[in-house]
Amino acid sequence: MTDYFWLIPLIPALSTLILVLFGQKLPKKYVSFQACFAVFASFAISVISFIGLLQTSHEHLPIIKNLFSWIYAGNFQADLALQLDPLSSIMTLVVTGVGFLIHVYSVGYMADDEGYTRYFTYLNLFTFAMLILVMGSNLVVMFVGWEGVGLCSYLLIGFWFDKHSAANAGKKAFIVNRIGDAAFLLGIFFIFINIGSGEFSIINQAIGSGAITQSLATLIAILLFVGATGKSAQIPLYIWLPDAMEGPTPVSALIHAATMVTAGVYMVARMNVLFTFSGSANSVVAIIGAVTAVFAATMALTQNDIKRVLAYSTISQIGYMFIGCGVGAYAAGMFHLYTHAFFKSLLFLAAGSVMHALSGELNMQKMGGLRKYLPLTYPTFLIGAIAIAGIPFLSGFFSKDAILTSAYANGQYLVWALGIFGAVLTAFYMFRLIFLTFFGNERLEPAAKSHLHESPPAMTIPLVLLAFFSIVAGYVGLPVVVGKNLDFFGRFLEPVIHKAHEVHLSLGTEWMLILISVAVAVTGIFIAWVFYIKNPKIPPNLVARFPGLYKILYNKYYVDEIYNTLFVNSTIKGSEIVYDHFDLKVIDGAVNGSAKATNFFGKILSYFQTGFIKDYALIFLLGAILLLGYLLF
Amino acid sequence: MEIPILSIVTFLPLAGALLFIFINRDKENLLRYLALFISIITFIVSLYLYFNFNAQTPDPQFVEKGPWIGYGINYHVGIDGISLYLVLLTTFLMPIVILSSWTYIQNRVKEYLIFMFLLQTGIIGVFVALNLFLFYVFWEAMLIPMYFLIGIWGGKRKIYATVKFVLFTMLGSLLMLVAIFYMYNLFYKATGTYSLNIFDYYRMILNPNVQVWLFLAFGLAFAIKVPMFPFHTWLPDAHVEAPTAGSVVLAAVLLKMGTYGFLRFAFPMFPDALQKFLPVLGVLCIIGIIYGGLMALIQKDVKSLVAYSSVSHMGLIMLAIFALNLEGIEGGIYQMLNHGLSTGALFLCVGILYERSHTRLIKDFGGVSKQMPIFSAFFLVCMLSSVGLPGLNGFVGEILCLFGVFKANKVLAILGVTTVILAAAYLLWMFQRVMQGPITNDKVRSFKDLNLREIAYLTPIVILMFWMGIYPQTFLRKMDVSVSNLVNQVNRKEAIFTEAKKENKPPVNMHVLTENEKDKDPIAKEDKESQ
Repeated sequence: MTDYFWLIPLIPALSTLILVLFGQKLPKKYVSFQACFAVFASFAISVISFIGLLQTSHEHLPIIKNLFSWIYAGNFQADLALQLDPLSSIMTLVVTGVGFLIHVYSVGYMADDEGYTRYFTYLNLFTFAMLILVMGSNLVVMFVGWEGVGLCSYLLIGFWFDKHSAANAGKKAFIVNRIGDAAFLLGIFFIFINIGSGEFSIINQAIGSGAITQSLATLIAILLFVGATGKSAQIPLYIWLPDAMEGPTPVSALIHAATMVTAGVYMVARMNVLFTFSGSANSVVAIIGAVTAVFAATMALTQNDIKRVLAYSTISQIGYMFIGCGVGAYAAGMFHLYTHAFFKSLLFLAAGSVMHALSGELNMQKMGGLRKYLPLTYPTFLIGAIAIAGIPFLSGFFSKDAILTSAYANGQYLVWALGIFGAVLTAFYMFRLIFLTFFGNERLEPAAKSHLHESPPAMTIPLVLLAFFSIVAGYVGLPVVVGKNLDFFGRFLEPVIHKAHEVHLSLGTEWMLILISVAVAVTGIFIAWVFYIKNPKIPPNLVARFPGLYKILYNKYYVDEIYNTLFVNSTIKGSEIVYDHFDLKVIDGAVNGSAKATNFFGKILSYFQTGFIKDYALIFLLGAILLLGYLLF
Repeated sequence: MEIPILSIVTFLPLAGALLFIFINRDKENLLRYLALFISIITFIVSLYLYFNFNAQTPDPQFVEKGPWIGYGINYHVGIDGISLYLVLLTTFLMPIVILSSWTYIQNRVKEYLIFMFLLQTGIIGVFVALNLFLFYVFWEAMLIPMYFLIGIWGGKRKIYATVKFVLFTMLGSLLMLVAIFYMYNLFYKATGTYSLNIFDYYRMILNPNVQVWLFLAFGLAFAIKVPMFPFHTWLPDAHVEAPTAGSVVLAAVLLKMGTYGFLRFAFPMFPDALQKFLPVLGVLCIIGIIYGGLMALIQKDVKSLVAYSSVSHMGLIMLAIFALNLEGIEGGIYQMLNHGLSTGALFLCVGILYERSHTRLIKDFGGVSKQMPIFSAFFLVCMLSSVGLPGLNGFVGEILCLFGVFKANKVLAILGVTTVILAAAYLLWMFQRVMQGPITNDKVRSFKDLNLREIAYLTPIVILMFWMGIYPQTFLRKMDVSVSNLVNQVNRKEAIFTEAKKENKPPVNMHVLTENEKDKDPIAKEDKESQ
């Protein structure tokens, strides 16, 4: 049943090719049908392969399909090879499953857009690239997918490229990602030089047999992780993601919430042997993750743009995934990646549905009281919010709890405390969003109110399905307190995830940790309720009391401005100065100067060229006398 | 008798130029179609070289040798895995270039096409010549048509640009000529025979001090051609003023004559001097990469932006071949082809914009994508190829180049990897300002999308970009033997010098290894035994 797994990425690739070549001539309906069908077909094969994988014994893993020899030169040898193992299988299911629902949603959302065909072409191309990323059996193929999704992200953020801000955001995303990619590339080189291959299975074996020292492992792991901070929008390279919201909302759901931005987490999980061996790299991952989780959550507190709140929330949630990986609980990190894919794409799509209803309004201050107008969007949005807030029995609770428990169990109390603090903030900003959007008095613009409507079924059906999964997805990974061996998710990943040492907490401690995280979630929601329902005067009062703090948060700590001054503007200014004063004046000046000097000497010499034979004869005579004199004395 | 296939490929364009002399200058379309036909035929004939190329031997193939002037000046041509693709790149681009100037060139069409043909013969001659004198003749001959192409069909400052281009190049090549004569003389003194055959010169073991001067003379000529920092300032001027076709040929093949010169002459003949200069050269390359990228970032003219991007890209290519390992040199050669395609294509795209707007200033554009969606797609692919996106050719070359450098020197590789960021920055920013955003200039609204002719000449390039990116084996495998032979040759000679230094022997003034001595060479012996 696993024989045809390599078709998973090829079907969207084929679909992309057809759309590129003939898309403009095909009818719109066919275009979206083909695009959706291609992803669905991939999903079907992913499911079949997954079932096949469950029946395959561990010794036969990973299943590798070598398509052809790709780049071979001397010691650098990379095949175009795909692999199927538990980790890639989960990722293909998420990418194609959630991806399919978002494709369907897009049929409704993008119905009136003039770039309809272009949109679905890009979306299929993205699916292809993302599948290559997660299925590549070596680092180079992974890097291909890595850059490929970066390209699609660039194209889709800048989808409405005639808008200046969209074009700018797309470019920014690509360039910032490239900074991470450069580090990733160096990491790949270190691995090739020291291990001689980029194949994951060979790398893992080599590390196991001591091919590299621990400090080298740390260096490589950090380089790879810098790549991950670019793609997964972590400190210090997170700045592109909020701007990426310029893209169509389904794109934000697919690329900037469910799949692409989590690629960094996948990469760290994929290289878990390296990270665990290094140890200190793991601590870096955990701390960056924890700090990002809190830092991004604080920025989400004051934003009024509904999509930006979700964007900062995504950065924060990915921070949690990195906490999981960093404390050695890779399975928990992956588990959160998987549940987050459902509830975060649900939140984005529901936000898209709100925007659709309000003719594109993004400002939550101009919403309010929408719950009665949007009978399907509201409950699904609410489910997403409850899931992300970490309320028990929904998916987000199980995965976040698994991460925080592992952090605590590994003695990383600071990381755990940051995670708990982030959880309060998460619950607060999520319910601030819910209350501002769906509750309270209506603050709509008259134009938006005039054609307020619930979205078409193509959009609401995916919402309902995603809401369903946001509830149930967590039940494949139940904590120990419920019963032993109920963590199917973790056990499924065991062949891939290297387990160094497992610390067991007593049941009492586990219960206590669960209670704490539930308590903070409820507290966050409660504060939001007090602030925005019970006594809406509190937020403006707080702003009046702490104007400086509010300004800093509202302006996102001025990080964009700082980066712009430090890196962008200074580079451009500096280059301009160098160009004007060095390239044109010094280098080119030297060239022109020597040309002028030559010209000058030429002119002097030309005085001797009088054209009269007697003058030449005289000079000749003088020369001969001088020469004779020289020879004689 | 065997068909002199290399001579046919080299001189077919020259024959075309001769034929054109007898055609009435008013029949412009006939001239154009005929030129296209001849260039396509040349390309097809050159494909014979690819299909019949023997990848198992490092020796030159399709060799033709004949007496010419005497005293060692012979007609001697042949190709190996290094020059094969440069010849093919030239013949591949020529029909494209002719198609691209179909309507762009309106005056003196006949002369224009004649110069194009002369240029092609000159360039191919440089890549196939195995006799130093013959090489020099082609190297200089190619300057003349280029001089006229920029000087007659160029832009406002064409005279300044042409003179600068020619003087720069002449300065380098004169020194090279002196060096050639010097070696000629040395060889005669040592052996009593006249020779300019480069394989004879490969056998020369030169005094290290002499090598330094000869390397500098040859190296300067090549470095100016590449161009390496700080000899680059002729390039933006030449590019900005040259007609589109001139820019394409200049960027795609002419610059490669410099890198090729290093590989073919400077490396195997002066390995000891090469080792001495490597640190300086490496630093110059890094400066070129970063400096070129930064200068590209702030250019106001699209063409000079692409020109500075060439400085940056060529810096990486040079850095890779200076790595002196298989990965680096193969990557470098691959990247030469990539740079030829992607930068050539970018110049074609700029030419397409120029034909519609008669401006090349970035600020005059904006929102062109809306008006020209097909063009936008082509431009995007060409740009991404230059950025080095996986799936396209640039990635394969870039990763091999950087890996080769990394293998040789990690610090240089870490500095060189900035090209990945810089290229994205200057090209994407340019793309944004030219193609995206709202339309601010009303002129843009009158732009027509690509016509069939334009699609026809961009399509083969784009197909090749994908092919080279997805299945590089087609190209890489025919380089292996030649490149590893070159690497061995350099290492082997270097070993002789290290041994001499170790034993404190006074350096030989000049010595030519005989065939017998070659076998005595310790490394060569080991190689033979291991085989």
